[in-house]
Amino acid sequence: MSTQASSLTNTTIGKKMVMAVSGLVLFGFVIGHMLGNLQVFLGPDAINGYSHTLHATPVLIWGARSVLLVAIVAHATTAISLARLNRAARPVAYAVKKDIATDYAAKTMFWSGLTIALYIAYHLAHLTFGMTKGLGYQHLPFDANGLPDVYHNLVQSFRVPWCTALYVVAQGALSMHLYHGAWSLFQTLGVNHKRYNETLRSSAVAVAMAVCVGFLAVPLAVLFGVVK
Amino acid sequence: MKFKLNVWRQENAKSAGRFEKYDIDGITSGHSFLEMLDVLNEKLVMQGKDPIAFDHDCREGICGSCSLVVNGRAHGPQEAATTCQLHMRKFRDGEEINVEPWRAGAFPVIRDLAVDRSSLDRIIQAGGYVSVRTGAVAEANAIPISKDVADRAMDAAACIGCGACVAACPNASAMLFTAAKVRHLNLLPQGQPERDMRTIKMVEQMDAEGFGACSNHLECEAACPKQISADFIGELNRDLATAMLRARGASGNASAGG
Amino acid sequence: MALQSNCPTGPIEQRWEKHRFNLKLVNPANKRKYEVIVVGSGLAGGAAAASLGELGYKVQCFCYQDSPRRAHSIAAQGGINSAKNYQNDGDSVYRLFYDTVKGGDYRSRESNVYRLAEVSLNVIDQCVAQGVPFAREYGGMLDNRSFGGAQVSRTFYARGQTGQQLLLGAYSALERQVAAGTVAMHTRHEMLELIVIDGRARGIVTRDLSTGKIDTHVADAVVIASGGYGNVFFLSTNAMGCNVTATWRAHKKGAFFANPCFTQIHPTCIPVKGDYQSKLTLMSESLRNDGRVWVPKSAEDCEKKPGDIPEADRDYFLERRYPAFGNLVPRDVASRATKVVCDEGRGVGPGGLGVYLDFRDSIERLGKPKITERYGNLFDMYHHITDENPYEAPMRIYPAVHYTMGGLWVDYNLMSNVPGLFVLGEANFSDHGANRLGASALMQGLSDGYFVIPYTLGDYLAKVAPTSTAKDVTKDHVEVKAAKKVVTDRLKTLLAVNGKRTVDSFHRELGKLMWDECGMARNEKGLNGALEKLPVLREEFWKNVCIPGMGESMNQELEKAGRVADLLELGELMCRDALNRNESCGGHFREESATEEGEAKRDDEAYCYVAAWEHTGEKTAPTLHKEALEFEYVKLSQRSYK
Repeated sequence: MSTQASSLTNTTIGKKMVMAVSGLVLFGFVIGHMLGNLQVFLGPDAINGYSHTLHATPVLIWGARSVLLVAIVAHATTAISLARLNRAARPVAYAVKKDIATDYAAKTMFWSGLTIALYIAYHLAHLTFGMTKGLGYQHLPFDANGLPDVYHNLVQSFRVPWCTALYVVAQGALSMHLYHGAWSLFQTLGVNHKRYNETLRSSAVAVAMAVCVGFLAVPLAVLFGVVK
Repeated sequence: MKFKLNVWRQENAKSAGRFEKYDIDGITSGHSFLEMLDVLNEKLVMQGKDPIAFDHDCREGICGSCSLVVNGRAHGPQEAATTCQLHMRKFRDGEEINVEPWRAGAFPVIRDLAVDRSSLDRIIQAGGYVSVRTGAVAEANAIPISKDVADRAMDAAACIGCGACVAACPNASAMLFTAAKVRHLNLLPQGQPERDMRTIKMVEQMDAEGFGACSNHLECEAACPKQISADFIGELNRDLATAMLRARGASGNASAGG
Repeated sequence: MALQSNCPTGPIEQRWEKHRFNLKLVNPANKRKYEVIVVGSGLAGGAAAASLGELGYKVQCFCYQDSPRRAHSIAAQGGINSAKNYQNDGDSVYRLFYDTVKGGDYRSRESNVYRLAEVSLNVIDQCVAQGVPFAREYGGMLDNRSFGGAQVSRTFYARGQTGQQLLLGAYSALERQVAAGTVAMHTRHEMLELIVIDGRARGIVTRDLSTGKIDTHVADAVVIASGGYGNVFFLSTNAMGCNVTATWRAHKKGAFFANPCFTQIHPTCIPVKGDYQSKLTLMSESLRNDGRVWVPKSAEDCEKKPGDIPEADRDYFLERRYPAFGNLVPRDVASRATKVVCDEGRGVGPGGLGVYLDFRDSIERLGKPKITERYGNLFDMYHHITDENPYEAPMRIYPAVHYTMGGLWVDYNLMSNVPGLFVLGEANFSDHGANRLGASALMQGLSDGYFVIPYTLGDYLAKVAPTSTAKDVTKDHVEVKAAKKVVTDRLKTLLAVNGKRTVDSFHRELGKLMWDECGMARNEKGLNGALEKLPVLREEFWKNVCIPGMGESMNQELEKAGRVADLLELGELMCRDALNRNESCGGHFREESATEEGEAKRDDEAYCYVAAWEHTGEKTAPTLHKEALEFEYVKLSQRSYK
């Protein structure tokens, strides 16, 4: 072949594929994380046991963390590069522009992504690194047996209304982000088919809703005293 | 009917543009949008003012010249139609109408509402053809092509190259145009020998022209006067990925052999 | 000056092959030394530029549109003829040749038409190889349909967008050559003058429509493929930009204009709706396959709703006058019959300029789904434009100018009488005689561009030394500079008039005059009247036109003004030609030359020739040259569709 085929990721389409693949990885993590969280409803032993198992297998946790880190870095840097490219593609904006097909979720992908990124930073600082100064409660890294006490940390923090409020906002951004990402990654990767496009769209709505409900169940349950 | 028009005026590519307001009266519901502009232009000429420059030619919706964003929509409020096929009965009497050119970095304004779309031609130059010499071809019926494939290639080939997809896209992306052009030829047996090279080169040219990326807003499909499906974009993505993979494999083999 | 058609002799089926063998060849290494200018990028120009570039010539191609893909060939709907005989229904090269000569009412050259029919086979092969998505049958073979009343199915089509798809094929071949560096494409450029030096065409003067820059281009040969001049009527199915300027400038530099009065009026167009109307829209004549054309028997019924007019009060005038062919009579016959009933005051719709095309009976017979399947897109188009639903009330149609058979005179090599000036497609006069058959325009454009000019141009170039080595003509040549000055002066004059009327108002007036006196029916009195009025109108134009702005930027009024100025002059030549030809043939109907039933009557004794007009100066009348037409194969007979 005579063409000096540059790499796929140099093209805008390739960049979108990076977004799709890294997004898919992060999507998988989000589902896993949500299922993990839902163990709160099974009581302290279940979720703490799950956390202990994870921590007891460094290959698993560090393996997962490195994959996630690569995905996040790829997703974020590519998003920034694409956003700049897209801005540059229309130097003079329309005075009047009506949208017909697109929706709020699609138009705010960059901002919902940024919201999620900021929330993740806060979330890690808060629950993973235990930086809880000023939150009005004592972070309890370990239980009576000296093992990490995820359950009580969670319950304590979500009793703080604004903690929960932040969480709700972040979930809103995440659900919208997931909804657009979930169906459009099929288009980007070219694995869609017109026969399934409608199903894809409605499945994306369903998945995004499920994730939203799944994640919000925990803090709301805590806030309203269902989980103590 | 009467209208208040808010029209983008710009001397040339370098000067800054501005909106000018015009009142127009005596329009009937049967006037096409461009005929309404003709009436306005004749009035302006009689007042010794510069008429509004805009591209148009066939006025039957097939040449792809006309290119106005009317009230925020590429080709205006009429679905599946070019601006020349838009009639004033689509507007309310007395309505205020905003008229802008296609806005994209890859479509610099030449004057007023006329823009330079030669970037689309350069995408074709990069590979939007089948390399056959005049006369050196097989008998037309030598290769049977199933009706489904021919029809689908025709669906893609219906593109009139107007650029409404770019104008409507929040990212000013030319993906629907490029996808339609690539897929028309990639679907057909005649297009197979050059399939990978065509796909790669046309996408690279599209990027080099400074069009934005596709964020799957699907505004392009909604604005397309020929209703070309955004499914072709998915297919282009797939074609590019496989072409790049094959190109890598081929260059890997070549270096191993060398 | 005797016109040499340079047609080969001998058995007609061997002429082109024999002629091709006798044509001189340019050595491959020398081809790149020759520069060729192609004006126009439609089917003929695009195909020619691509093929010539591929052969190795240095080609410069010009078009006024912003992309070569927008040339008006794109608007052809119906299809392209070819004598493939894929339907096994008795078609052959000879039959296509015969039909074309007869359809053209015996005013074309047999040799040219035979060649056209012959290379029509190659054209389809070429288009398919380029990826033109022609309609196919379920077995994967190419589909055909019968078109324009032809008795065989020889028309290839791509939905209702055949012209577009063929043009995209030629355009893709052209852009391939642009990428290869053999063709330099100049979009938004208009040719405003032909440069003739020592009797040979050596270049053109152009205006860049985006910047207003006037430039000269020198070459070894000039190929004009700039289309037809239907816009002389203001309202036509042509694109707004279609014009006669390239050919008219060449005419004024010595090229003969042949048969300018031969224009085709298409019967099935959407009627005019008001004074503001800018163009007419054609609907495929396939509608006449199932639609019945009628008007009320009595003029008093014209205001009534069509549904309220009982069967007995309707006049199905085509079926009445032409029982054998009925609604499927050729374009010129249907158009004239329509004019007759409208002149009798029985026309319907605004201004009484329309007749009904009624699908009521077909819908009853075949059911609405079948009609939708056949004509759905046309019905939608009609509904969209007129805001009337053709499923409920009959369509209204009226004839409109559609194509011009006349054009610059060319010989068998498609070279005009000015050496080095070649003319292709609708811009020349060569193949359609006095009337063009449906689906034959696309065939001719592509035949000329792909399969004729690449051979015949080489023969000419082989006989002249390339400019690139001879250096006899450069941009500094006195004639080149003079031509440029003519152009800048003309533009300056136009801009300086600063009068009180718009370009369009003159164009409208010209169009109405031409339509009334040199349209579907012509007579001596009317033509003489037009010939008195046209110079007056032209004079007023140059004294009273108003063009704001300046020449050094995009100025669309200035573009239009230049085109209308040339159309005003052409109009006069058309009337003169129509006046000279006191016979009725094809699209040209002289009221003085009709049978007792009002049908066209040809006069082969007096007019079996090509009328080629020579420009002799601004103040003198043009000189008529006659090229006699000889028919060895097709017997002259009066067309009858009774």
